[in-house]
Amino acid sequence: MPSERRAPLALKLAALGGLLFLHGPILLIFLYAFTTEERSYQFPPPGLTLKWFAVAWNRPDIWPPLILSLKVAAISTALALVLGTLCAAAMSRARFFGRDSISLLVILPIALPGIITGMSLRSAFAMMDIPFSTWTIVLGHATFCIVIVYNNAVARFRRLSGSILEASADLGANGFQTFRHVILPNLGSALLAGGMLAFALSFDEVIVTTFTAGQQSTLPIWMLNELVRPRQRPVTNVVAIVVFAATVVPILIAYVLTRGGSETAGAGK
Amino acid sequence: MSGAFHPARGPGDRLTGLFWRRPGVLLALLIAPPLIWLGVVYLGSLVALLWQSFWSIDEFSGLIVPEFTLKTYAELLRPANFDVIVRTVTMASVVTAASVVLAFPIAYYAARYARGRMKAVFYLGVMLPLWSSYLVKVYAWKLILAREGIVTWAAEGIGAGNVLNAVLSLPVIGGNSLSTSYIGTFIVFVYVWLPFMILPMQASLERVPNAMLEASSDLGATSWQTFVHVILPLALPGIIAGTIFTFSLTLGDYIIPQIVGSSRLFIGQAVYMLQGTAGNLPLAAAFAVIPIVVMLAYLVFARRIGAFDAL
Repeated sequence: MPSERRAPLALKLAALGGLLFLHGPILLIFLYAFTTEERSYQFPPPGLTLKWFAVAWNRPDIWPPLILSLKVAAISTALALVLGTLCAAAMSRARFFGRDSISLLVILPIALPGIITGMSLRSAFAMMDIPFSTWTIVLGHATFCIVIVYNNAVARFRRLSGSILEASADLGANGFQTFRHVILPNLGSALLAGGMLAFALSFDEVIVTTFTAGQQSTLPIWMLNELVRPRQRPVTNVVAIVVFAATVVPILIAYVLTRGGSETAGAGK
Repeated sequence: MSGAFHPARGPGDRLTGLFWRRPGVLLALLIAPPLIWLGVVYLGSLVALLWQSFWSIDEFSGLIVPEFTLKTYAELLRPANFDVIVRTVTMASVVTAASVVLAFPIAYYAARYARGRMKAVFYLGVMLPLWSSYLVKVYAWKLILAREGIVTWAAEGIGAGNVLNAVLSLPVIGGNSLSTSYIGTFIVFVYVWLPFMILPMQASLERVPNAMLEASSDLGATSWQTFVHVILPLALPGIIAGTIFTFSLTLGDYIIPQIVGSSRLFIGQAVYMLQGTAGNLPLAAAFAVIPIVVMLAYLVFARRIGAFDAL
């Protein structure tokens, strides 16, 4: 049987090589955060030091973007959790007219390139004379975070059997009690996973943000500016590590939360 | 107890009763907020984009003229602008082709051979790079490809410095260093979008039933014949689904060519510059419509092949 056979050596090497290709570059970010050379990306680093972490901590220009990023990610995630769950609940309840169009509409913001979402919002703000603010950033982020929550929630709703909802009603619970005591505990981990992924996506987003932020600076925009006009390069690496951790930790949590289910989180970004 | 039916104890119960009698009311209440959000914020903006692409800019005053015209679209056909479109579509095609080749062994191994713990390693191994910070990944390649960076160091270490210089001196795709050449842009695009190709590919390969492979070998096919005539056609929808992602993402990206690449523009960069410093919103909007049109054409093609079942 083909599936019982051992993999050909070449295939195994190509597959493992591919995985290494995907992970190796990130490690360099960590290495360069400790280099003593601040003007170029010299390899190997001439020396190693811990001072950049202290320098980064004391740089006043890093804190406001970090706080703005956290704020935007938190608000966008909260909005996406509500809207995504509502949408998933409706879509799993019934087949109705326009259902397919709605599912297309939900995935469109991540199916089309980010620049289209960004430029569209930019056009709309310009036409309606809406000034840039935290809320213009949130508007963009929440829009593409909805689908992340939706994907996680809709898979769980599908697994949730209708009979336990009927049982709850038979035992005298009204719709809200059923939601609070039956649906929510069942959805819990899927929503947490979806929320984690949405947070990671928003915290790191740069393409849509550059169009909706105006003069404001989120952490990724700060990083982008540093990449284009570098000052202390290792400081950028320290920030990169922070951004990396802020995206990877939620992903790992989301993975653990949904592991073993048929709908492991993150399968569709 | 007052009877067989429990009494309505509060507004919650009365609403539950209403939802029971008219399920459409609950459905409408559930779907309305997300639909309004996506309809107004997202579709509304898309309409604004389209609308604005039919406006034009007054050449003398630099002000936007809000009147319907096809002038802005005609400007896209000017050589300088048309080059940007051709360059971007070419890059997207090459990146997509390379991603298919690189992703296939990984997806194939993960789907057909990896079991148990190895399966989890492959799953996380693809998932983490997919979700981890986009900007950090691009930055990592800036470090790798820089003139004084690790690639140059490694090439000189193994005595291949001349080979690297020869590659860089190639016309068009070469450049001052890897981080300022098309080769660099290409490598980073492939790296960043590769997980988007692996996942749908792996999903479709996992759905190929073993019985079919057994039948194929029972009927005397060699493993190569089985691969070409059974596995590949069945995996095609997944591969097409992956190409949708890599193609679309490359078409719309403007960060990667800005950070790693020559100074020649891609569609995304043109949009960004036109809406920002140049203040030419109509032309920026018209440029942004190009990826939509290209992607729609591609999606129609993909739908014919049945790629959406694999999404």
